[in-house]
Amino acid sequence: MLRRLHPEQPESFAFTPGNQEWAEKQLSKYPPERKASAVIPLLWRAQEQEGWVTKPAIESIADMLDMASIRVLEVASFYFMFQLQPVGSVAHIQICGTTSCMICGSENLIEVCQAKIAANPHEISADGKFSWEEVECLGACSNAPMAQIGKDYYENLTAERLGEIIDALGRGEVPRPGPQNGRFGAEPFGGLTSLTEGERRYSGNASVGLAEYGQDTIKRIDGTEPALKMPMLDSAAPVATAGTETDSVQLMDQPEPVEDDGLDAEKPETNSEHKAMEEAAEADEEKVIGKFDEEEAEEVGTRPETLTGPRDGQADDLKKIKGVGPKLEESLNKLGFYHFDQIASWTEEELLWVDSNMDDFKGRASRDDWVGQSKLLAAGEETEFSKRVDDGDVYD
Amino acid sequence: MLADKDRIFTNIYGMFDRTLAGAKSRGHWDGTADIIQRGRDKIVEEMKASGLRGRGGAGFPTGLKWSFMPKESDGRPHYLVVNADESEPGTCKDREIMRHDPHTLVEGCLIAGFAMGANTGYIYLRGEYIREREALQIAIDEAYEDGLLGKNAAGSGWDFDLYLHHGAGAYICGEETALLESLEGRKGMPRLKPPFPANAGLYGAPTTVNNVESIAVVPTILRRGAGWFAGFGRPNNAGTKLFAISGHVNHPCVVEEEMSISLRELLDKHCGGVRGGWGNLKAVIPGGSSVPCLPSNVCGDAIMDFDWLREQRSGLGTAAVIVMDQSTDIIKAIWRLSKFYKHESCGQCTPCREGTGWMMRVMDRLVTGDAEPEEIDMLLDVTKQVEGHTICALGDAAAWPIQGLIRHFRDEIEGRIAHKRGGGSGAVAAE
Repeated sequence: MLRRLHPEQPESFAFTPGNQEWAEKQLSKYPPERKASAVIPLLWRAQEQEGWVTKPAIESIADMLDMASIRVLEVASFYFMFQLQPVGSVAHIQICGTTSCMICGSENLIEVCQAKIAANPHEISADGKFSWEEVECLGACSNAPMAQIGKDYYENLTAERLGEIIDALGRGEVPRPGPQNGRFGAEPFGGLTSLTEGERRYSGNASVGLAEYGQDTIKRIDGTEPALKMPMLDSAAPVATAGTETDSVQLMDQPEPVEDDGLDAEKPETNSEHKAMEEAAEADEEKVIGKFDEEEAEEVGTRPETLTGPRDGQADDLKKIKGVGPKLEESLNKLGFYHFDQIASWTEEELLWVDSNMDDFKGRASRDDWVGQSKLLAAGEETEFSKRVDDGDVYD
Repeated sequence: MLADKDRIFTNIYGMFDRTLAGAKSRGHWDGTADIIQRGRDKIVEEMKASGLRGRGGAGFPTGLKWSFMPKESDGRPHYLVVNADESEPGTCKDREIMRHDPHTLVEGCLIAGFAMGANTGYIYLRGEYIREREALQIAIDEAYEDGLLGKNAAGSGWDFDLYLHHGAGAYICGEETALLESLEGRKGMPRLKPPFPANAGLYGAPTTVNNVESIAVVPTILRRGAGWFAGFGRPNNAGTKLFAISGHVNHPCVVEEEMSISLRELLDKHCGGVRGGWGNLKAVIPGGSSVPCLPSNVCGDAIMDFDWLREQRSGLGTAAVIVMDQSTDIIKAIWRLSKFYKHESCGQCTPCREGTGWMMRVMDRLVTGDAEPEEIDMLLDVTKQVEGHTICALGDAAAWPIQGLIRHFRDEIEGRIAHKRGGGSGAVAAE
């Protein structure tokens, strides 16, 4: 594939002061006479700052590293992560198209990009916000199909969900990355088959945790980011032992204490774009990252009425609700929900409570409209999904 | 099935405490200084005795590889380089180590570095793994703060610095000499061997390149003993192994299991079985994109280890299992791999640069059936001309999946061509 410099180039390039400092620090990783080793990290940082790798950036980095600029150009054009042309102002969406993802439906994801963004890869959408490309294996195969958006992986995607994500990004929201089907990470989604003993500490896997901490999924890096550190244990209740959250958080040997208001204390005051993202985050609690920590601080919503057991000992098959698998059904039962009519009667306040008390599946209830589905099911009607369940297509 | 008490990666899903304190509570960084004080020779001997074979695909014995490093420095530094450029299609196991159980790797680097006389280690991480890079950097920072890295690391008397470096999306950088070229700031084009990296590697100095998983299992092996590790799997295929299962199973996952587990047990126990039942299985690629596929009639007996799969003219590779059910267009699935290798060929050797394009273009036509039947043998011939005629193994890796396809699914390819020619209706059996 021919990879050439873009015909239109900016006049100049300079790292922001923060990025310049970062770049100089990188050089200390290598022997003093081996500065060229830093070329890939520096080119990547330049791309993160500008959105793409420009000719002035290549020349400027060549100067910093005492390299001939042709040698830096050679590197920039060899490695496919470097975008040699401008990309969408909000996000460049990279769909993994290699075999594992392909046989799990990545071609449908590409169609979504073609329909919503532009017909061709690397073409910028009419509104200037997006571009896309098909990339080779991104190494998240057991979570196929997936896409990389900015710094994050959105996994276990469906065409529908990718469409929603692109729409949300277009509105200035950043949907929570990671598996989009309620799965935690790379564990078997049907239930753990190993490592079952132990206290579950987090509401999201490490990638999701870092994205929530950094709030930088699609943010350009300008060097003002907070120092990297292990995101603290979520102030969320440890999943396995809801009800004793305060104890277990205190048990933790935390290297650095975090204030009550959690990660917000760490967040830098940055540009208005970032602010807008935060406001958007507040507007859309369920899907958008950045809300999770505040949510836990106090109980949200109203607890619906619950049962201590199914009426007449006969619970409804809640798995007929799209979005409720065997594991969630168990959780619902544990909370005291056994029947469609119970779910059908949730008020908005009650839905909010359920959403924030579904452990790993926060936001699931409203995202998949459990209430609407349950109204139909309680009335004895079918949904498309429940038909498939009845036909045995979904569960063994 | 492997018991939890025998797992090396006790937080591979990241559900438990991921901090250094959490890692310590699960037994990592326990007695590291004592292990190092056993001395270099003892550690290398123990690693040899454990039977550990490299987890990056080639399966070369790790202890033996370490023993190639010069015993004394001739004035040049020694380097440990960890290959974290995980990009073999189907493979997603090292990612889980780095983001969820990173201290296994960091501790392993210190011990391995000591065992090869290296005071400096570099981890070369694939560029796209940005959160994994952050998680691993945090673990390295934690280790420095706790005195586990740096001067007198972990109180062992050995000085060891560990740096995280990254690439920018080139599969070829998973080849060890291309990785070194890239780490030196150049295009990732493999070097001719000899000289081997143990004599002249990074910056011309003695270097050993090991896969993430190979290094991350070292501390536990040395703590629990070579005999413990060698007790798993068939002879010559020792240990536990991370398997990454993708494709058409009910619950794809990454899971640590005993080597030589049967494929059927792996899929049934951990993945909820093949989608639609075992009878719905069409083929399995058992070890990442580079190894030939196995047709379903062999899968029932398949044993997941180096030797058994090699006997079937396939391989364990990275133990990345891609499962394909009857709905799969197997010709297209392999075509996609041909496209991958064409995209990723570095262009240095002519047989690979030209051959991968040739192979993909013939595969293009086999997918639609727009080919002459003779072209199947011509394609096979091209794969033989690429295989073994290039500096690195990418040419071989591009050839093998096609050879596997033709070996096991020639009927299907021929059938599609015949249908296309005879049918004349343009109704291609593309499903």
